[in-house]
Amino acid sequence: MALVIADYADCRALTGGLRSFEVKAATVRDLLQKIEERFPGLGDLIDQRMAIAIDGTITQDAHGATLEPHSEVVLLPRIGGG
Amino acid sequence: MSKQRTAAIVNGDPVEFLSDAGQTLLDVLRDELHLTGSKEGCGSGDCGSCSVIVDGRLVCSCLMLAAEVEGCRVQTIEGLSTGSTLHPLQQKFLDHAALQCGFCTPGILMASKALLDANPDPTESEARYWLAGNLCRCTGYDKIIKAVLDAAAELRQDRKSA
Amino acid sequence: MNKPVKPEDTGAILKVVGTRPIRPDGVEKVTGRAAYGADLHLPGMLIGKIKRSPHAHARIISIDTRKALALPGVKAVMTSADMPDLAAEHYEAGESASNLRDLSANVMARGKVLYHGHAIAAVAATSNAIADQALDLIEIVYETLPHVIDVEEAMAPGAPILHDQMFTAGLGETPTKASNIATKHRLDRGDLAAGFGAADIIVETRYSSAAVHQGYIEPHACVASYAADGQTQVWSSSQGHFVIRGLCAKLLKMRFSDVRVIPAEIGGGFGGKTTVYLEPLALVLSQKSGHPVKMVMTREEVFRATGPTSASVVTVKMGAKLDGTITAAQVDLKFQAGAFAGSPVGAAVMTSLACYDVANFEVTGWDVVTNSPKVAAYRAPGAPNAALGVECAVDELAEKLGIDPMTMREKNAVRNGVRAPYGPVYKNIGYVETLEAIKSHPHMSIPLGPNQGRGIAAGFWFNIGGESTVNVSINEDGTAIVSTGSPDIGGSRASMAMMAAEVLGIGVEQVRPIVADTASIGFSTVTGGSRTTFATGMAVVQAAEKLVADMKRRAAETWGVEIDQVVWQDGAAHCLQAGKAPKGALTLAALAGSAGKTGGPIATVVALNAQGAGPGFGVHVCDVEVDPETGHVTVLRYTAAQDVGKAIHPAYVEGQIQGGVAQGIGWALNEEYVFSTGGIMENAGFLDYRVPVASDLPMIDAVMVEVPNPAHPYGAKGVGEVPIVPPLAALAIAVRHATGVRMHDLPLSPSKIRAAIDAKAG
Repeated sequence: MALVIADYADCRALTGGLRSFEVKAATVRDLLQKIEERFPGLGDLIDQRMAIAIDGTITQDAHGATLEPHSEVVLLPRIGGG
Repeated sequence: MSKQRTAAIVNGDPVEFLSDAGQTLLDVLRDELHLTGSKEGCGSGDCGSCSVIVDGRLVCSCLMLAAEVEGCRVQTIEGLSTGSTLHPLQQKFLDHAALQCGFCTPGILMASKALLDANPDPTESEARYWLAGNLCRCTGYDKIIKAVLDAAAELRQDRKSA
Repeated sequence: MNKPVKPEDTGAILKVVGTRPIRPDGVEKVTGRAAYGADLHLPGMLIGKIKRSPHAHARIISIDTRKALALPGVKAVMTSADMPDLAAEHYEAGESASNLRDLSANVMARGKVLYHGHAIAAVAATSNAIADQALDLIEIVYETLPHVIDVEEAMAPGAPILHDQMFTAGLGETPTKASNIATKHRLDRGDLAAGFGAADIIVETRYSSAAVHQGYIEPHACVASYAADGQTQVWSSSQGHFVIRGLCAKLLKMRFSDVRVIPAEIGGGFGGKTTVYLEPLALVLSQKSGHPVKMVMTREEVFRATGPTSASVVTVKMGAKLDGTITAAQVDLKFQAGAFAGSPVGAAVMTSLACYDVANFEVTGWDVVTNSPKVAAYRAPGAPNAALGVECAVDELAEKLGIDPMTMREKNAVRNGVRAPYGPVYKNIGYVETLEAIKSHPHMSIPLGPNQGRGIAAGFWFNIGGESTVNVSINEDGTAIVSTGSPDIGGSRASMAMMAAEVLGIGVEQVRPIVADTASIGFSTVTGGSRTTFATGMAVVQAAEKLVADMKRRAAETWGVEIDQVVWQDGAAHCLQAGKAPKGALTLAALAGSAGKTGGPIATVVALNAQGAGPGFGVHVCDVEVDPETGHVTVLRYTAAQDVGKAIHPAYVEGQIQGGVAQGIGWALNEEYVFSTGGIMENAGFLDYRVPVASDLPMIDAVMVEVPNPAHPYGAKGVGEVPIVPPLAALAIAVRHATGVRMHDLPLSPSKIRAAIDAKAG
């Protein structure tokens, strides 16, 4: 079960205030789908406007990335630069 | 609106061109003579990217009207090297990585040449103040100053052994 | 697929990576031959110019272009009516999420003008002079409206509203009344009240900084050529020609394959050239006139109409125990977005506490529209503004507690295994090592004289990965071409050649790097976000490795051995099996020369979305002398240490550090947008918008700390953005220690410092 952490207010607005929750998923694609089913709008928000950090490594758009059985997944806004 | 005819010597070659009253030397170098090495960064003489040497004097070509160079000798970045041999300043800029985007580089090289023509042994402070009219946004000037001082040393050495 | 590299592997003997070869584009640049956007000339080319709003805020009542069009020499005139009217679409292109409709309206005003200088019409004519005359003949009727530029004034109830349909997001419920606040961001963890309750000392201070411009010396420039069948070419000085293509195609509803963007050399970008201003207009004018059109901004236009970064108000409340442990932090960030939503306040929220291991914090960010040019990315967007407040707060606490500022930072430093305030658990970071590099640097032992002070500050940036495509091919003589889609703004193409040479085992002079246009290579996202050496470099290494594997196969076939009997070393295939290779090793040249006989040309492409970019930390120390009579600040010495992972080309890494420091010093001491009461920028030129010149700065000592990022084949981390983050605070803190006065409002101009000294004395 991946542990998903939502410290940003715009995520918590969609989880009903929940700061962390568990999801069973093998890939990021799977994870987003399950999150969208459980918290409608959140999966799409993550897909379009956020990045995720899997066990400390930030990934953006990497839908094929795999999750370990006890991965920690942190939701954070997309990062960019100049 | 008839154009003015001007004859000058640019990088050692005689040239003739037509220009409108309001065209600057920079406009003519770039648009009529196709010497696009001199750049327009500001058009108001504040950035130094258009620096050229006219009759031995460093000027911002955006502040001179084209017609003003009648009978003058003009040196631009395109005239700094000799054939395919780089001027020591150019070589030192490469060696010291004294450029990044390169946009200010032609102007800074011409200004540096004028510095070393006037003062072959500048201190760091003299070099910095001389080049204060040439803006660089990429490098922080550190490697540029090092390159100029190193080129000065090499040119002094060349003169000694010549 | 990333090939993981253990930190100890990157200590392997490298022959090319880590050396300082001369850049391949160097000779062109020192001889004036390099071709920038404004240097191109095409037959029949017209000059395009833009008519700009004289008002900071107004409704457009009517535009009459007939007289302009009738002027001899004018071949086309356009307004927003000539561009498609887009629904609010979200398109993730470039560095920041752009709402296409906003972008279209910024490029050419629609319905309203929202800042002085906002583009409202454009012409294409046979000369500069005729184009200028044509602009004067365009008749526009405006209904002027009150304007607002100051970010706090724009947030206040009763402020003039820029967008009737802007309702603040992030408040929970959607409000019913329109606002200039586009979004409220919030990040928090722990228990703030308990954290402050546990503090022995609390400081709370408000800091501000003005809008500053990236200040690239080359103004925006492009040439567009629209053929009658809809095929187009655009030459542009840009940090991301694929993004130019995508934005032009979307704004003008064209096929991507019909927009070919060729990257010109670029004279500085720093984030400001990751979007479009001129290119869509040049395309429309070219279509209407049937001629190529060149458009080059004047310096004044660059200041008035291209994105600076946000002016900001940053309030920091921070609590600590007597031993220096920070127990709580509350940060409020108000950022000016300019005419349309999208300031970098989100990144500021994320980075503000990134150097600190704090259990209890709350960071709030406000994205606020104002009647000023729409902001664009500028080197670590948002982070310097936030670091100004946080670093000064830490220094203030250290001073009040009597704790050395370096010790204060070490005590609260993030380390591997600590959860970053912005979310993930840190790994492979080098913050502590970077602190140590400054602590043990000779700079710290130099004694200070009267009116002199020393400031230490830290900074952080994420650095990103992202999409890159790379082609590597071996020529028939064994030399190589490395072709990428990443415009070179800092020397990256040299680093690409070096990494390929390292893998292929040949000298870097045998590898030619080029930047290919959008029709010649697959997609790459912008050169920005400190991504290129990391992400494009990763693709280069993978491509070179694929070729090495391919060449080993060809050698194995040639010799009739299994592939595990072939090793690649020093640019040649060597056979391990005795007697099988009578002619000895097969060099790149030999294999390339006979490529047709072993399967065809030796070439490959790698296209990836690089993940695992490592964040960077910087720690700077700066000594200043303040003239008590004039308030003038002289920077005496500056040392910048940075966690760079692995310096592929050390001279270019030093150059990034030095350049970022110089921009930060300018931001701290001199640079600001000054607006009149009428909303007009009063210092739209390099005379009065004062960037650092050579005589303002000392030598800048760049110290590279190498804690590798294993996700990159050579351990590289992004380096370009971190160095602009610490200087704002470093200067403010140094001034504090030189004068006894704590400055809160940037820039630290002489008059402000003098006034603060007088106020303290009086």
